[in-house]
Amino acid sequence: MELFTNQVLAGIATGAIYACMALAIVMIYQAIDHLNFAQGEMAMFSTFISWQLMQWGFPYWGAFVLTLALSFAGGILIERLLFKPLAKAPILTNVAGFIALYAIINSVAGLIWDFTIKQYPTPFGSSPFLGSQLISTHQAGMIGVTILLLILLYLFFQFTRVGLAMRAAASVPESARLVGINTSWMIALGWGMAAAIGSIAGMMIAPVVFLEPNMMLGVLIYGFAAAVLGGLTSPFGAVIGGFLVGIFENLVGTYIPGVGNELKLPIALALIITVLVVKPAGLFGRPIVKRV
Amino acid sequence: MTALLNIKALNAYYGQVQALHGLEFALNEGSVTTLLGANGAGKTTTLRAICNMVRSTGAIEFDGAPLSGRSTENIVRLGIAHVPQGRGTFTTMTVEENLQLGAITRSDRNGVVSDIERMYDHFPVLKQRYAQQAGTLSGGEQQMLAVARALMLRPRLMLLDEPSFGLAPLIVRDLFKILGKINREDKVTILVVEQNAQLALELADHAYVIETGRIVMSGSAAEIANNEDVRKSYLGY
Repeated sequence: MELFTNQVLAGIATGAIYACMALAIVMIYQAIDHLNFAQGEMAMFSTFISWQLMQWGFPYWGAFVLTLALSFAGGILIERLLFKPLAKAPILTNVAGFIALYAIINSVAGLIWDFTIKQYPTPFGSSPFLGSQLISTHQAGMIGVTILLLILLYLFFQFTRVGLAMRAAASVPESARLVGINTSWMIALGWGMAAAIGSIAGMMIAPVVFLEPNMMLGVLIYGFAAAVLGGLTSPFGAVIGGFLVGIFENLVGTYIPGVGNELKLPIALALIITVLVVKPAGLFGRPIVKRV
Repeated sequence: MTALLNIKALNAYYGQVQALHGLEFALNEGSVTTLLGANGAGKTTTLRAICNMVRSTGAIEFDGAPLSGRSTENIVRLGIAHVPQGRGTFTTMTVEENLQLGAITRSDRNGVVSDIERMYDHFPVLKQRYAQQAGTLSGGEQQMLAVARALMLRPRLMLLDEPSFGLAPLIVRDLFKILGKINREDKVTILVVEQNAQLALELADHAYVIETGRIVMSGSAAEIANNEDVRKSYLGY
């Protein structure tokens, strides 16, 4: 029993990483109805920027806030330059755009900062959390940050005018324009917010997986699994999905013989497929109901 | 009286297909005007052209200023509310959120709150359902919500596209009664496109008949209602 509780705890700790990433994925999906394959690379690039700022002597939180702002602006810039012109193009064109962006960001990061693994600091320390060997203070901090982020997003979307306008623009664009909402800028804003959330995910994850251009590959797939499991339309679902994927991954690794680290990634993929077949809207997603 | 909306030589296109051919008409401030015509005559296209939702050439002037080159959302911000065909409900949001969205461009918070209360007075059924998902409302309720949402803008001009479509006759009567009240009390100029010509002519001061993208007849609502051709084609007696 103790083994079980411990594994669940450890699962929640890694799950926080996936939850953070899944939040960013859901943000973009809400705004443009596509999964952004370059999301992980954007987060990685942001993390490198924060690392560079710290190398130049910025304190951690200074670099953190500046990176948030730069990522927000960068997300908007990417939307304006690359995806606004593609807004009316078929899905496949957009997918090609995402993959191109993925490759470009990955290579540019390698070019600037090379592919060697770098240490990344944590603001929370890495001693055991409350005496538990399974959760470090960094992981506890990460869980806290994820939950705080979720609460802030909820308040933003439920109680601010811009949040309401963004939801309206995402659900019925034509009607949104007919009440005077500039839907095009709402999409750009969605990109900016997703990039900023992604940068938080990157900066929280980097102390665990270390900083290098390919650090987000596995995380992104788990993030997709989490977002799909929780429901692509629900930020709350994405976070719960993240924790569930983390727990599931750990329990399977512990109790099913033969599943080692090599087989953990296929488990995430199997989870995506199972959810899509059994419950396509996810656990907390809103199935599309229409009156006919 | 001055013209609030003045349309001259309006052509509109869907791809290569021309839907409006040199349409001309004007709306007086404070009036109710109806556009009558058969299916495919260009009624909806006219409303969409006013809001720049379809490619068009010609001149559209609102309160003396040209609308050409303005985006849909900027035209709406001038005080032109459009209740589209199919009602355009934000189905996943609550009734109250739909009303708030109608006023999203306004910054007078208190005015918005009191206007929502006024809408609940106009349409008591919306008050009962304020926290319900708008997509679960009946067709008539959604039409009332669409009108209420448009009024939340405090528009000077309201464009209504087939408000009676798909509604039970009694509900349509109610709706038109409320539209008349809104026109008188809130001084909202109304342009309504209808297939239910009889009802539209009862409400309207002025009417235009449109055929294959051209205005073929215009006059006071009473004149049009008594015109023999109109009676045969649109009123059925």
